[in-house]
Amino acid sequence: MTVCYARRYAPLVTMPASSPTAPAAPPPAAPPALADATASDAALRRFLHGLPGVDAVGLEARAAQLGTRSIKTTAKAYAIDLAISMIDLTTLEGSDTPGKVRALCAKGVNPDPTDRTVPKVAAICVYPDMVATARQALDACGGQDVKVASVATAFPSGRAELGVKLADTRDAVAAGADEIDMVIDRGAFLSGRYMKVFEEIRAVKQACARAGGGDAHLKVIFENGELSTYDNIRRASWLAMLAGADVIKTSTGKVAVNATPANTLLMLEAVRDFRAATGTQIGVKPAGGIRTAKDSIKYLVMVNEVLGDDWLHPDWFRFGASSLLNDLLMQRQKLTTGRYSGPDYVTVD
Amino acid sequence: MSPMFEYAPAPESRAVVDIAPSYGLFVDGEFREAAGGKSFKTVSPSTEEVLAEVAHAGAEDVDAAVAAARRAFASWSALPGAERAKYLFRIARIIQERSRELAVLETLDNGKPIRETRDADLPLVAAHFFYHAGWADKLAHAGYGPDPRPLGVAAQVIPWNFPLMMLAWKVAPALACGNTVVLKPAETTPLSALFFADVCRQAGLPKGVVNILTGDGSTGAALVAHEGVDKVAFTGSTAVGKQIARTVAGSAKKLTLELGGKGANIVFDDAPVDQAVEGIVNGIYFNQGQVCCAGSRLLVQESVQDELLEALRRRLSTLRVGDPLDKNTDVGAINSAEQLARITELADSGEAEGAERWSPACELPERGFWFAPTVFTNVTQAHRIAREEIFGPVLSVLSFRTPDEAVAKANNSQYGLSAGVWTEKGSRILAMAGRLRAGVVWANTFNKFDPTSPFGGYRESGFGREGGRHGLEAYLDV
Repeated sequence: MTVCYARRYAPLVTMPASSPTAPAAPPPAAPPALADATASDAALRRFLHGLPGVDAVGLEARAAQLGTRSIKTTAKAYAIDLAISMIDLTTLEGSDTPGKVRALCAKGVNPDPTDRTVPKVAAICVYPDMVATARQALDACGGQDVKVASVATAFPSGRAELGVKLADTRDAVAAGADEIDMVIDRGAFLSGRYMKVFEEIRAVKQACARAGGGDAHLKVIFENGELSTYDNIRRASWLAMLAGADVIKTSTGKVAVNATPANTLLMLEAVRDFRAATGTQIGVKPAGGIRTAKDSIKYLVMVNEVLGDDWLHPDWFRFGASSLLNDLLMQRQKLTTGRYSGPDYVTVD
Repeated sequence: MSPMFEYAPAPESRAVVDIAPSYGLFVDGEFREAAGGKSFKTVSPSTEEVLAEVAHAGAEDVDAAVAAARRAFASWSALPGAERAKYLFRIARIIQERSRELAVLETLDNGKPIRETRDADLPLVAAHFFYHAGWADKLAHAGYGPDPRPLGVAAQVIPWNFPLMMLAWKVAPALACGNTVVLKPAETTPLSALFFADVCRQAGLPKGVVNILTGDGSTGAALVAHEGVDKVAFTGSTAVGKQIARTVAGSAKKLTLELGGKGANIVFDDAPVDQAVEGIVNGIYFNQGQVCCAGSRLLVQESVQDELLEALRRRLSTLRVGDPLDKNTDVGAINSAEQLARITELADSGEAEGAERWSPACELPERGFWFAPTVFTNVTQAHRIAREEIFGPVLSVLSFRTPDEAVAKANNSQYGLSAGVWTEKGSRILAMAGRLRAGVVWANTFNKFDPTSPFGGYRESGFGREGGRHGLEAYLDV
């Protein structure tokens, strides 16, 4: 595929960056194989619009077909534990308090008080001002290996000056966030100012650098429901990956349409093709609207059949969810005990 | 290395279907032994297990069935359309209610995956009865005159690739238009038609309106040659179709034939690649490629050939071949040893003629009739595998440089049943559809069926249409 993409985009690679709108900033550090695609605003636009189109009917049919896989017994047990370990257990409410965040952290570390064999979740996802609280709470209950993810960049709308967004990001990183979930400027994207979106992601990525070395993982949220078309979602995926995203994420969970099997499938195809073209592996995080164990297993089936083993790990696939965990726990209890329990046998949070 | 996320077996239960050890012929509303007392066995192609013994109808049985259909015709055709519609609606609903049972039965007898019988065959069977039930009282508005009349007794001979669906395509329009029917299912897949006979009884369909004769080619030949028949409808191979055309020639019998195909699936450089790959897979590996309108020739624009083939091979590596009753199986068994031999012979000829053969790594079961999904590259118009219908999971890949070349290659076939066009450019879709000589042209999809859409072929793919308003003509005296 590397060769193929190189062939498909060969004209871009040799094209001189002569556009007057070319950025004065240092050339972006896109993966070498596609470096010239981001050399100028015009080149970036041409690259993104040169990506293969997406047929909506076919995409949705494929996602639905994968949704009919029947995952039973041992496969189900594997999938449930994997799904639990991939959850970014999330609370993003105006009413969040330290108490609420601590409760969530305790749950993330010991999801099922009656069964200590249940894996921990991958991360706790909070607003920046709750990052320190979350880190302390996790450390206090044996969750040192559970990450703290923080939304940033004027989440969820992203409607703020770059300076504010960067300050928001630095604040979260300084407070101990391991991962930053940024939102893109959908307004800029929809009006075709791809380079603005690109540079903003690059700037946020730089702001993820920690004082003591290393940097926080950057997840880039597209808000698929606002991008509206599958072609846009594919372009946003490539844009973010070229700009240095570590993970691409469907949505904030704050709009009507969030993660769907189809838009997630499309993003899985994008990371597959991106690795084939550049050698760089990118993670995917669907968020919002995944509430049942059955739904989460459908997503894992997609990961399995589109990407395979390399992505079946919390480093490369996450669920942004809150109520999903309890349903997974109830299904897990059903598998281990043979009978269904009820909502009173899992913890409320 | 075994995959991390290995799907546990998820077999559909066989308990939902109760197959009797033996079945008779369904004539005049009753099951009866063949007059000659002959019978034959039907086996499950995935295991070679004998499923049941089925009566073998001879000339005497054909006489009896045609006579029963003739007796029933007078009153059935005299019923108001709205009354005939009630029976058809009832049949459609019973099929829906019994769809799980019928899906398992079809998978057992045919070898195709339960995913397909459950998600494609059975919903389409019910849809055909619902759709034609709607026409029964509206024939005056179908464009065939103010009061179009039925033909009489329809002799219908159907293939083994979609046993119940082909039955529905034949029986539903025939009954809606006021004809009565004698139907012969294929020798290797007689069971679902016999279960359909039971559905007819359950629906209270008057005796003799539907008669089912099981048997082999000789039964079919006797049926289409019978003097008491007014209409012959056949779906199957071009060779048998030609034979039937000769038999029927010179008689007053109205004939429709739906025969073989060598569908071209044309992928342009601006195609939606991932969906095109799905369409190619669905075009040739759906039902193990045993589809008359299969996209068995892939015509791909040279500039994207490598990219597309790489994506296709990657996708084929995820196809799950095996137990048809497992809900996660994508590709099931070939219908018969005879068909497997034909596929094998043609695939071998592809290799012998210099095409490059590729199949994904897959373990085939030891018992039963199996053929791995296969792709041939470096195929030219001169290869047998580019011209002859293989009727199996074998794709022949050819390339083209310009739209004109694509049209010329696609049309360079004795057949003309189906074609597919993959491009994001709407004007190109319309231009191609106008120039392709195929009864069905799909745009950015493949193997999609709908009772409202007429289906049929050009040239050696046959004549007449099934489905839609056009399909009614085959069963009306117009």
